[in-house]
Amino acid sequence: MNIVVLVKQVPDTYSERRLAGADHALDRESADAVLDEVNERAVEEALQITEAQGGEVTVVCMGPDRATDAIRKALSMGADKAVHLSDGALGGTDAPATARALAKVIGTVEDVDLVIAGNEATDGRVGAVPAMVAEVLGWPQLTFARKVETDGSSVKAERETDAGIVNVEAGLPAVVSVTEKINEPRYPSFKGIMAAKKKPVSVLSLADVGIEVGEVGLAGAASQVVASAPKPPKAAGVKVTDEGEGGVAVAGFLAGEKLV
Amino acid sequence: MAEVLVLVDHVDAEVKKVTFELLTAARRLGEPSAVVVGEPGTAGKLTESLAAYGAAKVYSAESAEAAGFLVTPQVDVLSGLVGSVSPAAVLVPATVDGKEIAGRLALRLGSGLLSEVVDLDGDGVGAHSLFGGAYDAKARITKGTPVITVLPGAIEAEAAEGAAAEEAVEVPAQDASKAARITGRRPVEAGDRPELTEASIVVSGGRGVGSAESFEVVEKLADSMGAAVGASRAAVDSGYYPHQFQVGQTGKTVSPQLYIALGISGAIQHRAGMQTSKRIVAVNKDPEAPIFEIADFGVVGDLFTVAPQLTEEITKRNG
Ligand SMILES: Cc1cc2nc3c(=O)[nH]c(=O)nc-3n(C[C@H](O)[C@H](O)[C@H](O)COP(=O)(O)OP(=O)(O)OC[C@H]3O[C@@H](n4cnc5c(N)ncnc54)[C@H](O)[C@@H]3O)c2cc1C
Ligand SMILES: Nc1ncnc2c1ncn2[C@@H]1O[C@H](COP(=O)(O)O)[C@@H](O)[C@H]1O
Repeated sequence: MNIVVLVKQVPDTYSERRLAGADHALDRESADAVLDEVNERAVEEALQITEAQGGEVTVVCMGPDRATDAIRKALSMGADKAVHLSDGALGGTDAPATARALAKVIGTVEDVDLVIAGNEATDGRVGAVPAMVAEVLGWPQLTFARKVETDGSSVKAERETDAGIVNVEAGLPAVVSVTEKINEPRYPSFKGIMAAKKKPVSVLSLADVGIEVGEVGLAGAASQVVASAPKPPKAAGVKVTDEGEGGVAVAGFLAGEKLV
Repeated sequence: MAEVLVLVDHVDAEVKKVTFELLTAARRLGEPSAVVVGEPGTAGKLTESLAAYGAAKVYSAESAEAAGFLVTPQVDVLSGLVGSVSPAAVLVPATVDGKEIAGRLALRLGSGLLSEVVDLDGDGVGAHSLFGGAYDAKARITKGTPVITVLPGAIEAEAAEGAAAEEAVEVPAQDASKAARITGRRPVEAGDRPELTEASIVVSGGRGVGSAESFEVVEKLADSMGAAVGASRAAVDSGYYPHQFQVGQTGKTVSPQLYIALGISGAIQHRAGMQTSKRIVAVNKDPEAPIFEIADFGVVGDLFTVAPQLTEEITKRNG
């Protein structure tokens, strides 16, 4: 069972995020960058499957040079190897072009049975890249899974959305995305961290995977941000200490605002 | 006038409110055509309400398979229609299914995608609210037929008369080697409370609520105001309340008239899902809790005394 895990490096949600420059692109330099938490869960799920059934876990990441840190984290958890698509021309790539590029990179990994991704990245929150990768590959998508089971030839998942739970099933190869409720990711052990330093990471350029420069980046984007600005901060509100009348005070405030 | 395709969100023979919001937005760009994908007999039950929000046409794409495969039937139907009617745009609700349908459609058409717009003008420029409302941005599509997902609850639905002329279209046969088969469904039990993302008041509980049993305090306050109940991730992770009610970065984004946070510290990831609420009330024991930075009215105190007292006050006022 060979599994590709799609991982993304994102600005830490604990740090301040902003858009910058004439292109209104995400300012990735200003914030701390981390492996997106849901991707740790995707790695964990892949490891659990290969630990039970054998096979290899390959991490695939598209991102700038410093995304190496996110890749190493995934390797230190136990993934076997990684492919990193890194090219100066990638900055500003939109979701459709990201999906096309990721599908090309997946194509460089041999005998893939399953692709596991996070359901939604915490930076863009497109929540559709895994589905779009499935579209390009022509594979079934089993996304937003809170539970995944596979026997090596087919895969079943419990999809959890606003609408409730939907059970889905398909043959392999397939694309799965997992939600934050799927598992608790393991912490990398000291041994794992040391071993990760020696694991193979192949860094590919656009030319290596057969993508034209004009297909990605701002040049290839099919949408354009025309304006951006931080929201003005809110004025401070009223704060009272409860001395037995706190609930009454709230009711008074709500009545004054015509909210009750 | 060019057609604007609107994918209809429906459940149990009823049109979901977000569809009316999309039909309203679609009228700014052209003439709305509602697209219903479902099992045979679905569209007929929906046309009346679609007409009431200005749908000029209703494309009914019905087959037994349409409800038996995940998102691909909708993508197939919409891409077929884009080919035959050359619409000015395709609008899809920014729900989990909708975002995936829109993403695949944009890819198949070679079109640009605007994700989760909170407003849309007549020139097709969409407004986005980023990083949990901390940032505003505007964007437009530069290639192909625009595919746009619209955040539920962001645009106010306005009624308008439409002819809702029904036209049947085919659902292409599904290829089981390329699509996932749906083998079971367990819809969320609606209950009596409004839906989290549609509610005008949301009352949420955090780790401070302390247990699943004590969430009753949160529910009672919510019920006294006809509100929806939400929860922080810490409350969900501790098993106090089900996941579907999580508000925040990785949960639901809500923007009600009033948000009441009980025993929630106000971590940045929680704020990301609620800070665009019109009014925020917080109750927390800790005077330093960051939730007070964004609260219009904060009470430093024990939620187990403040919330029941508030419930009683509201019940009195209503009674
Ligand atoms: C990638 C990522 C995504 C995340 N996504 C989300 C998300 O979607 N939603 C989310 O909520 N969080 C999310 N988090 C978690 C977030 O960082 C916080 O851990 C979480 O919001 C804390 O929840 P809480 O406020 O209920 O708990 P705590 O931070 O533990 O706060 C509990 C509060 O209750 C108060 N309290 C205790 N007892 C009482 C009482 N009797 N009366 C009054 N007050 C009392 C305490 O003073 C305290 O302030 C995410 C984190 C990460 C890293
Ligand atoms: N640049 C990228 N490199 C690798 N994986 C990605 C990238 N962008 C998105 N993904 C994957 O797609 C998931 C959902 O992202 P999104 O659709 O952007 O919200 C992420 O959790 C990743 O698994």
